[in-house]
This record gives sequence, C-alpha cells and structure tokens, in this order.
Amino acid sequence: MSTDLFRIPPELASPLEDIDRAHPVAFRFDGKRLRGRAGDTLASALLANGVHLVGRGIKYHRPRGIVAAGAEEPNALVQVGQGTRGEPNLKATQVALFDNLSAAPVNVWPSLKFDALAANELLSPLMVAGFYYKTFKEGPASWWDRVYEPLIRRAAGWGKAPPGPDPDTYEHTHAHCDVLVIGAGPAGLSAAKAAAESGARVMVLEDDARPGGHLLARPRRVDGRPGHQWAAETAAALAAHPEVRLLTRTTALGVYATAHVTAVERLTDHLGPGAPGPRQRLWHIRAGRIVLASGAHERPLVFADNDRPGIMLAGAVGTYVHRYGVLPGRRAVILTNNDSAYETALALLDGGGSVVAVLDTRREPSGPLVEAVRARGVPIRAGYGITGTTGRGRVKRVWISPLAEDLSPRIAETTLDCDLVAVSGGFSPVVHLWSQGQGKLAWDDRQACFVPDPARPAVEPISVAGAANGCFELAEILAQGANAGAEAARAAGFTAKATTPPGVEAPPATPPAPIWLVPSDKPPGEGVGKHFVDLQNDTTAADIALAAREGMTSVELMKRYTLAGFGTDQGKTGNINALAILAHELGKPIPEVGTTTFRPPYTPLTFGAMAGRQVGALFAPERVTPMHDRHRARGAVFEDVGPWKRARYYPEGGEDMDAAVARECRAARQAVAVLDASTLGKIEVEGPDAAAFLDRVYTNTLSTLGVGRIRYGLMLNDDGRLMDDGTVTRLGEDRYLLTTTTGGAATVMDWLEELHQTEWPELDLHLTSVTDRWAVAQVAGPKARDLLAELAPDMDLSAQALPFMRFVEGTVAGLPARVFRISFTGELSFEVAVPWSVGGALWDALFKAGGKHGLTPFGTEAMHVLRAEKGFIIVGQETDGSVTPLDLGLDWALGKKKGDYIGRRSLARADLARDDRKHLVGLLTEDPGEVLEEGAQLVDDPDQAPPMTMVGHVTSSYMSPTLERSIALALVARGRQRMGQTVHAPLADGRVVKATIVDPVFYDKEGKRRDG
Amino acid sequence: MLRISCPWCGPRDETEFGYGGQAHLKRPDNPEALDDAAWAEFLFLRDNPEGPFVERWVHSHGCRRWFNAVRDTKTDRVIATYRPDETPPEAAKMVLKGQEGGR
Ligand SMILES: [Zn+2]
Repeated sequence: MSTDLFRIPPELASPLEDIDRAHPVAFRFDGKRLRGRAGDTLASALLANGVHLVGRGIKYHRPRGIVAAGAEEPNALVQVGQGTRGEPNLKATQVALFDNLSAAPVNVWPSLKFDALAANELLSPLMVAGFYYKTFKEGPASWWDRVYEPLIRRAAGWGKAPPGPDPDTYEHTHAHCDVLVIGAGPAGLSAAKAAAESGARVMVLEDDARPGGHLLARPRRVDGRPGHQWAAETAAALAAHPEVRLLTRTTALGVYATAHVTAVERLTDHLGPGAPGPRQRLWHIRAGRIVLASGAHERPLVFADNDRPGIMLAGAVGTYVHRYGVLPGRRAVILTNNDSAYETALALLDGGGSVVAVLDTRREPSGPLVEAVRARGVPIRAGYGITGTTGRGRVKRVWISPLAEDLSPRIAETTLDCDLVAVSGGFSPVVHLWSQGQGKLAWDDRQACFVPDPARPAVEPISVAGAANGCFELAEILAQGANAGAEAARAAGFTAKATTPPGVEAPPATPPAPIWLVPSDKPPGEGVGKHFVDLQNDTTAADIALAAREGMTSVELMKRYTLAGFGTDQGKTGNINALAILAHELGKPIPEVGTTTFRPPYTPLTFGAMAGRQVGALFAPERVTPMHDRHRARGAVFEDVGPWKRARYYPEGGEDMDAAVARECRAARQAVAVLDASTLGKIEVEGPDAAAFLDRVYTNTLSTLGVGRIRYGLMLNDDGRLMDDGTVTRLGEDRYLLTTTTGGAATVMDWLEELHQTEWPELDLHLTSVTDRWAVAQVAGPKARDLLAELAPDMDLSAQALPFMRFVEGTVAGLPARVFRISFTGELSFEVAVPWSVGGALWDALFKAGGKHGLTPFGTEAMHVLRAEKGFIIVGQETDGSVTPLDLGLDWALGKKKGDYIGRRSLARADLARDDRKHLVGLLTEDPGEVLEEGAQLVDDPDQAPPMTMVGHVTSSYMSPTLERSIALALVARGRQRMGQTVHAPLADGRVVKATIVDPVFYDKEGKRRDG
Repeated sequence: MLRISCPWCGPRDETEFGYGGQAHLKRPDNPEALDDAAWAEFLFLRDNPEGPFVERWVHSHGCRRWFNAVRDTKTDRVIATYRPDETPPEAAKMVLKGQEGGR
C-alpha cells in the first residue's frame, strides 16, 4: 500500500487543517489500494497520494486530472461503489472519504493508463465543433444503429448505470421558513445570524460538510479570532437557535415558482454503504425570502494544452494545502491575472513546496500579497503567459513567453520544469439560482464578471450577498450578509436591528486584469496545442471561433454547437471564458453576447433522491375490491385497470389463459357465471335539478326515465367525441345512480363537477362518488335467476316483476342489496350491489348456493369476449378520442327530441357528419382459427407498394368459444356500407390475413337470451 | 411549483390543483344557431397573451371547487384568485377588458 507521500509534514501544517491525521482511511481507486485520512475528500486523498490522473476527456480522451476542490470540478468524475450501489458521475472533489471506499475513473476504455480511444485525438481535425451534427445527419441512416450509436455510447459515457434496483432508501421532506439562506460562508452566516436575531424562522443550506466557505481554506481573522473559528462558533450558535435549521452537506438545486427551493441533503454518503437510515433527503422548501450567498467560482485561464493533470485552479491548490494538508505538487508554476494566486504561492511555500515562478499576465503587479511572495525569493515574471505544456499523464514542463501588447502569437522564450501549474483567471459569482429565480445579470467591467443586476431584480424574492454578488472584500461580505439577512427578515414581517459587522483581517481583494485567451505560437486551431475552454465537454477556443465563423452568433447556438456549458458542469468554470472568446470573435462587448440559461439542478442528483419513497409498492396506490382475497384464493390472474387490480381469469388445473377464458365463457352462456364488477365507477346525483342536469350531460333523455328504470347512456365531450358510457338508474324522483367505466370514473366525476360549478351553478343538485360504497357481483347466464331466487326468497325476480333494465331493492343472502337487470354479456344477468364492507359475504353466499348450478367465476378477459360476441363497445378500446357515437352506430342513443346536450352541436360539424368516416363493424377472418392482432391495420389492396392506403384497424379480437371461431371488431372507413366485402390485414411477419366485413353483433342478434 | 391561494382553503401547493384554461368564456345559449366557424371559435380558440391572463383552476385534491385566477404568463406568477361568483378583482377586469377589445 502506498502512503500519502504528498501530505504536508505535521510541523508545517496549516492551522486551518481539518483532517484527522490519527485516523487513516483505506480506499481503492482504479483497483489500487491507497490510504487517506478522516476528513479527506476522495480528491484530497488522491492528491495526497500523488494521483493526479483521474480520467479522460470526453472527446479526445486526453488524460485529465483534478482541477478544483468543490462542486465546480469539471474533470474528476468518478464511479463510486459497485453493483447496485454503484453511482456514476460523481465529482471526486465532493465525495467524502470513508473506509473501504472503492472508486473508478469513467470514460476510459480499456484502462486509465492506456485509453484506446485516445486515438480520437489523432482524428481531431475531423472532430471539430458541430461534428455530431455534421457527420451523423449526413451518414446513411442504416449506420446509426450499427455504427454510430454504439460508438458514441462507448465513447461518451460518464460511468455506468447500476445494474439493478437501488438498495438504499431516500426520502422527501417539505419545510417552510421565513428566510432561507443558501450558502454558509461568511456572507451566509452573517445573513442567517441577522435574520435569526429578529425571531424569523431561518433555514441555512450549506453544500460543504462544514459551514465557513472560504474561511475554511484561507487564513483570515474575524472578530479577533481565526476566521474558521468564528465560522464554527457562529454556526454552532445558529444550530442551537430554536428557530434556525442549519443543514450541512445540503446542496440547493433549484429555485422554482413562488420561492420553492429544492435541495438534496446527503445524510449517509460520507459514512459509506449500508449506513442506517435514508441515504439522501430531498427538501422542498417554501421560503418567505431567499438570501443567496453561494459564493464564487474561480475561473481558469485559457492557454495551449491547459488540460494536463497537474494544472489546477490556484484557489483549489490553496484549499488542498490549508484544509487537507496536501501538497498538490512540489514544484509549482503559478499563472495568474490577479493577486489571489499569490496567496496560493505563500501556502505552497509554507507547506514545504517550492514555487518555480509566478507568471503574471499583468505588466505591473503590486500590493501586499505580491510583495510577500517577492520577499520569499520567488521570481515574479510580469507580463508573461504560458504558450504550451508537456507531460504525459502529468504536467512536467511549461513554455513561457512575454505577452505581446496586442496579444498576438508568440514563440516561447524559455521553459520551466514543474509538477503543478496553479492558475487563476479571476472569479465568477455563482448566480445560477438568481437566474433561475428570473433575476437578470449585469456585466461588471471592473471585476470582469457577471453580477446580479439590482436594477432588474428576480421575480422570486431573492437578494444576493457576498461573492455571489460580486463582493470579494471580507469586511464588505460580512456587512452585505448582515444587511441582506436583516432586510429579508423585515420583508417577512419581523423587526431586525442594524448590527455592526465584526472587524476583520484579510488581504485586499483586487480585481483581475481580464485576459480571455493566453496566446501561444499560433492562433487556436492552427497549431498542435489545444486551448481548452470547457474541460468537461472538451470544447476549445478553436471550436468557439469555428462556431462563430459558421454563423452560431448567439450564445445559445454556440453552446449547442460546441457543447460548452453542457453536462453536469453547466459551465461552472468555463462559461465566462467561452462567452468572452465568442464576444471577441464576434467583435462585440461581452454583455451584448449575454449568457446562456442556467437550468436546475445546480449539481446532478440521483434518481433515488428524486423518487424518494415512491418506489416499489409505494410507487402508485393499488385499489382492490372486497372480493379480492377470494379471487386470490382461487388463483386468479390479475390485470391493472386504472388503479384497480381486477381478476382477469381464474385458471384451473394448469389451464392457460385461452382455456380458462373459454371455460368461463361457456359457463356464462350455458349455466351461470359471476364477475366482480365492483370497480365500475358509480356516481349518485341528487337534487331537484338532477334530471335537468343529466339531460344536458347525457345524449339521452333521462328526465323521462321512470323511477326504478335503467337506461344506457352516452357522455360526449364538447367536441362530440365519446367520453364514457354506462347505465343511468333512477333511484327516486330526485335521485339517479350513474355507472361509468372503471378507468373513467374519476374523469367523469371531474367533468360533472366542472359543468355543475362553472356552467350551471344555478342547478340545485349534489354529486357523490359512491364507487367504493357498493360492491357488485354480476351474475350472468341462463341459470342466474334460479341461483338468485334461492338467495333472495323475498324478492320477485321474474321477468314480469323485474324486466330488463329495471331496478329493485331488497335482501340478497341476508344483505341489503340493489338488484339491477343489466346485461353486458347478452345473457340473463343481474347486477347485485351490496355495501362494500359485505362484498366478500355476498361472494361467499353466491358460491355456497351456486355449486349445484355450476356457478363459475369469470374475469375481465371472458367479460371482454362475451361482450364482443354481442358487439358491445368498450370505451378506450373501440374508441380513441376521435370516435363519435355516429361512428359506432349508436345513433339510437342520441335524444332527438330533447334540448341541447354536451357535444350535440359538434356532431353536426362538417367533419363529424362526413359519410366516409370509419364505422364500427365486425370482421370474420377467412381462416376461423386466425385471431387478428388488436391494432392491426386494414387495407383494401394488399399488393400496394408502401406507404399503403389504410382503411381502418382492428379494435378487439378474440377466439369466441361460443361461435367456435375467431371474431373481431374494427373501425373501417364507410364500413356500414361495405357489409360482405373483403379487407386485408398485412401482418408484421409478412403474412396477409383476409377478412370479411360483417355486422358487429355476432351472437343472438334478436336479444332473446337476456330474459333467460 | 406554484403556490396558489384557493379562495376557500388558502395557499396550497400547485400539485393540489388542476388547470382549466381560459376563464369567463360564455357557453353559447343556443349552439344550434351558430355556424361551424362560430362554434369552432367557442370550442377551440383561446387567448394566449404574454402577461396577465385570467384562467380557471380547480382545487382537485382539496375542496374540489373551481375558481378563477389572474396569472402572468411571462413570469408564471399568480396575481389574484377569486371565486366564480365574486366580482372579478381589478387585475382581472383589466385583462378581460383588453380581451374584449382584442376580439
Ligand atoms: Zn380549496
């Protein structure tokens, strides 16, 4: 096992160091066993072991290393864990180290050291911006599946999806607060303190494991104490405050309408797999006001071959030295356009490293930090840039040159040997959430960055403080934070006092001197060097220039053409450089080019966190009938109908579905069978205006329906299409019971309520869903009456006393029951409804008495066959949202003498009255054993060359046990005028099935059987 | 996710509500008297302004009542909500006036 050779010796450690040296942590990276310390991130532990090479670029597969120390890391993407706990696409800078952590690089094939696809770099002249569009759009279509897609998938992956269900649990939590502070750096802590002192309910979200922001990684003094100590004390006081909730390891992901903020809290990721409790928690927070204190990201400088491992952001280098006690390199070259990188030089020197030189693109750098570095004997080369780098797998030499006044290309003057290049190009405020809240940005020319524009505030109640607001002086950051916190509390209705911000000791924050492209010997794209702008997407300055030349003059077009700002990175480090280079190419000032849209989430999150507890059995509620246990006991096979579990068939003795369905159908036709029809939607309409209301929403006249009578009714949409069908029973003068399809119950209820409330509120009635008040057994078959008579000795169920489409109340099997003479099978049939709670008792009683009558349970599949034999439609099967009652031959159900009803006017529209519309017909295949596929398209001429003229399609198709042959229902153009004619169904397997158009009623056309 | 104030229940998350399109459309008294174009106008054509829009919502997972709202389609912010039987608030009146003028 190699040890952490690049750990700074304890005697040189920074007072800010936040690792536990006494607690070694073993881990694996790329199969190698390594050791870090408690408190490390995966990135700091790798650097402590001298590992810089952690991945490969997405396009050219060049070696890549760790660049940053936080969420802005573009390169160091790793796969952590294995099997179903394997998680791709994590940033090594954000992975907390734990014992036995196992991580692997992504986007390397076959291995990190030898990447077969690095040959892409040799092809790089072909892989310019827009490569994907240009090549794949024009190649032969057949190449896509076989060549392009496998190639791209292998080449472009950022890790592997886990192979099975996630074994961890996740949860969602909703919270409300008066003031939400995002970021617990000096600005955020100061804001939270001020808001909390007013008594407001405050939430603080911090991405890091510790509050403190840059105070954790830079030596500062606040209020007479070391800055990190001030942060710890302030955070502890906040956490102890009863009205404050301070969440660490929690990343704000997005700002949505009405101050809705989502955030993910990583509860156990730092403990390793299998830790108790949920792994992550997704927060939904409603805030009164939001204070955004999200800080700033350092920008790299763009120079030739600036992507080698060992080339890092200067601020990140400082963080690794101070906080993690790691020397990312022993011989550093620093390239900067501002003073902040000089602090990194001092940190490296204090940690025992050496600084070969500071190359400053400015002509005359000055100030306390510059002088401090100079005083340590470090050569400072003013007005210099890097023109190129070498080193396989790790930078080992840089070419340097003085910059020309006009920044024209320069031949290198000399070289410097090094193992680390620390780069600073200035800072970009993290404005993602401000922009998501619809705040606009203004270009700050002095600081060379986009800042929230106070003149164009966010639609959401967001204020911004600290570095996120373009404020980099510590004293001012604390003051801004306190102000923003107090103001937010006031806006939320609390009284907040003005406070005096604590005194600080910090070096002055001077603005950078922008330089967007450090020149090399040739302009970008002309030499061999590549000037990377977006490391994650392998976008170079040459790509952006090409995009501009090819007309991608808007920033959004450039983004899509070059991919700059895409992916998990979302342009955190590269965005401003890309915009500035585009602006330069277009000869426009940066603010005129503008920025791309910042979209949530700010950082990627797992699907597990998004799903929360809504997985497996909790994904969607399941509804079951009171007879469900009985069906299960009989071995029923269930199907999902809407939210319901319905028994589809009841196989006996190893029957397959066809055999079971055939047996169930025969029972219904020859003896007696029973269907659990409890799931049918049921709605009671009650009130003096119930009849008038139903006349307006059904096509039929229901006001004339006698009490105790039943009518089949159709409900249309306003545009005349069939929406639902069912029966309407008049229970009393002012009281109706409607049934709906199982899947349509909620839609119909919604629709009726909407019409009543918004169109005819003057109608006096109530709508009540009673679907799960009544359990229903549909008893069908020639012996149905005999069976029921036994169970209901007090009821007269004769055809004279209870004719077809009549209803009666009574007692069945000792249970209060409603009995309806309705038939969906064509047989003598009674629907017996009893209170839901005694549905099981009814079912048991039926079977207790039913044995001698041959009572057989039948499922939805047999029900479908039986109704198809009768030509009865099922809404959603024979209809698809374009079908009218006229198409279905249901003209008889349209009230001719009544007033207006929903859909009536539309039925007269020219298109719906066309005589060449598709009609519902029956089909009989030439071969009686051939069961057509439902959905099969029908044509007149099977020999026509594609695209063929389609005249209709099969809507239902079964083997009919009653007719002992196949039957089908279909919608066929002019079908009713084409009885006896032939249509053809060309099948996917190449066969063509011939069928004759017939009447859709296949069985008992006279309807004799329904009376028994 | 919007936060919408149901006139009966108070502010609730958008997930509790259903959307119902443009508000204050008048169902024709006698559709049979309309020609196809006029009927299609009622059936299919809706205003689509950038800015305040008066629309219908229903508190599906709450009181199940319909109400009206003025929402700015540009910022996606609800400016006001009111019951169907209430006199529309000023914000709604201004939009409704503009819509009539635009027709
Ligand atoms: Zn409500």
